[in-house]
Amino acid sequence: MGGVEGFMYPNEIELHWSVLIVLYPFITGLVAGAFILASLERVFRVDAVKPTYRLALLTALSFLLVAPLPLQLHLGHPERSPEMYFTPHSTSAMAMFGYVYLWYLMAVLVFEIWLDYRRDIVLLAERSKGIVRIVYRAMTLGSTNISPRALHIDERVGWIVTLIGIPSAFMLHGYVGFIFGSIKANPWWSSPLMPVVFIFSAMVSGIACVMVLYMATAKLRGRNIDMRCVDTIAMYLFYTFIIDFSLEMLDLIHRVYEADESFRSLNFMVHTKLYFSHIVVQILCGTLVPLVLLAITQVVKLGEVVRKRIYAVAGLLTLMGIFAMRWNVVIGGQLFSKSYLGYTTYKVGLVSREGMLVALALSLLPLLILWVLIKLLPPWPAENVPAEAGD
Amino acid sequence: MNLFKDAGHLLRFAALFVIAFLVFWAIRGFVVPRSFGQYGHYRGAAIGEIGARPLHFAGHDACETCHSDVVDVKKAGKHAHVNCEACHGPQAKHAADPGNVTPVKLETAALCVRCHAASAARPKTFPQVNAADHSNGVACETCHQPHSPGMDTPAANAGGAK
Amino acid sequence: MNLSRRQILVLLPAAAVAWKAVLAGTPEEAPNYSMSDHWWGMLIDVPKCIGCGNCVRACQAENDVPDGFFRTWVERYHVTDTNMTNPEVISPDGGKEGFPTAAEDAGKYFFVPKLCNHCADSPCTQVCPVGATFVSPDGVVLVDPKYCLGCAYCVQACPYGCRYIHPEKKVADKCTLCYHRITKGLTTACAENCPTGARQLVDLKNPHDPIHAFLKTHSVQVLKPQMATGAKVYYNELDGSVR
Repeated sequence: MGGVEGFMYPNEIELHWSVLIVLYPFITGLVAGAFILASLERVFRVDAVKPTYRLALLTALSFLLVAPLPLQLHLGHPERSPEMYFTPHSTSAMAMFGYVYLWYLMAVLVFEIWLDYRRDIVLLAERSKGIVRIVYRAMTLGSTNISPRALHIDERVGWIVTLIGIPSAFMLHGYVGFIFGSIKANPWWSSPLMPVVFIFSAMVSGIACVMVLYMATAKLRGRNIDMRCVDTIAMYLFYTFIIDFSLEMLDLIHRVYEADESFRSLNFMVHTKLYFSHIVVQILCGTLVPLVLLAITQVVKLGEVVRKRIYAVAGLLTLMGIFAMRWNVVIGGQLFSKSYLGYTTYKVGLVSREGMLVALALSLLPLLILWVLIKLLPPWPAENVPAEAGD
Repeated sequence: MNLFKDAGHLLRFAALFVIAFLVFWAIRGFVVPRSFGQYGHYRGAAIGEIGARPLHFAGHDACETCHSDVVDVKKAGKHAHVNCEACHGPQAKHAADPGNVTPVKLETAALCVRCHAASAARPKTFPQVNAADHSNGVACETCHQPHSPGMDTPAANAGGAK
Repeated sequence: MNLSRRQILVLLPAAAVAWKAVLAGTPEEAPNYSMSDHWWGMLIDVPKCIGCGNCVRACQAENDVPDGFFRTWVERYHVTDTNMTNPEVISPDGGKEGFPTAAEDAGKYFFVPKLCNHCADSPCTQVCPVGATFVSPDGVVLVDPKYCLGCAYCVQACPYGCRYIHPEKKVADKCTLCYHRITKGLTTACAENCPTGARQLVDLKNPHDPIHAFLKTHSVQVLKPQMATGAKVYYNELDGSVR
């Protein structure tokens, strides 16, 4: 068999979880992270990040809508996936997915966005024509009550929803970590730190994603970037990243020091098959470089243009690093034999159902959805709504 | 009262949830297989379906019902505990319809060495030979009757070769 | 009663009819089988295995196992006294066509047949999100191919590498301990065809099963006991280097 070194159990040679399963925790991580950023403004009253509040919510929604697709595509029988809702197995971390997902989508994200946009939706419904009008009318759910009292109630309820949303976001991504962390058969995955590392890396990737998207949309719209806003986001990104990196290093040091029965095998893998994606891409380019760049902005006084460039580069590198981290967890966990005696190779197809093109399409799809959402529900400050309604 | 009026839109959103839940529950009652949960969190009928899969190996008891003559030869020799289909292959079809389904003749040359070709990996007590040195190309069954392969047993030259 | 071949031929049609009923039978029709009376497992007598690959071939023939995947396979270990914890292991095509000849050297050789351990606390059934794989009341870990999503979570959760996704059916597939045979009073295809008796089906609930006496008098081990899976495939004289 091609690509096998040493001894693999014969059923282990082919990987069962592909690049699509790499994409899935990456995408849900962006959702959870973007939502946490939005909650900064809402719950923790960090006014500086207000310009990104709505954008963060819409980003979270568009990625959340795409999140189940890679899972669905990877299933042998996608048509049977409703069984997860009909007969969820109480001992399975994966069975929780359906429910946590629905809860997060409907009770948290859609509800919060709806509450926040209700006034705009009602106004837009009055002003627009044709099909668009029908869409907006449907979104009002037949209630045009935007009296100050009703809006005040929305504000209060929205605050509570955000408050519930924070633990929900943690749960959404924490359980993804648990899916891997709870597999005792796999020493690369099995770790109680896994859910925590997933949550913090999710926050890092989500914050970086919204920061980059905010700067990109501002540039595309020809508006000035609110520097107070991106400075604050960058600061939060820096501190969450430090926590995330410390946790990952703690996990690594613990493994190296304990050096249990699996260590020799895993160590060899990290130095060979996983060297590029783990050491070079994830730790060097995707973690240390952006951390140093962000640290510089925190310590040295730099001009606006330089800061913007640094943020953009650091943000993109961070996203790449977190993607590499998901890759190393999912793919790395399948490259070594559970006999600790050999290694296999992951061959990713280009056009197959679980191939690179599908993965690429699935990564771009959330941006397309975000574009539609932005057109439908402009996230920019209220003053723009009347002026740019026909935009 | 006024509060209820101003929170009316929230009730509409909640109503969406209630409707969705009722639809879900109705579909669930219709879709979940009847035997699900019969013995545990799985489809009970699956056990019966798996148990009803077709047989390919009839098992030595079925063989011995008819081929009692071979059994007699075998039980005296060293292959007493080697079951029929270990060499003859899956014979459930033959057992079900002995008149029409005839087992193919075996290639003893390939068959014997599967177990008896000498290798340091095999247990030392297990009889094994280097085929080339051992027989110089003479077919195994010239000297060894497969059903009772020992050279010193009286069954060695008895029937059972076919 | 001693029947000649000729007499048997006369009786054959009746026997054939009865046999057909067994072939097509459902457990309800399978007489005298009650799930609560059995708790199945297997005994592997390591020193008896000669690495002929008969079990692997028999399993494929009995269960239509797709090429390249294995419900059972045989590994050959080569352990040298200087490197006990890092054995050289091979399993060419699961040992289906046997093994290359080995020459005598300083190390020791032995064969280890592997199959699903039919764990009582099975990590694979624990993670199934929908209840498509389960431990049956008689202790056999089964997959319901009509309910399985093909998510492969169970494949990841098995510490022994005993599961795979069936390339055509797109569902998880694994050893059923020949459930369709053992419920009819037959033994598994691998045990039936093992020429040396290295594999034996055992029923731990049957007080007359020789396994009870065997366990009393031998050093028996399960694979990866540290996984605490409640494995029910018992290995006699298992070497410490086996993974």
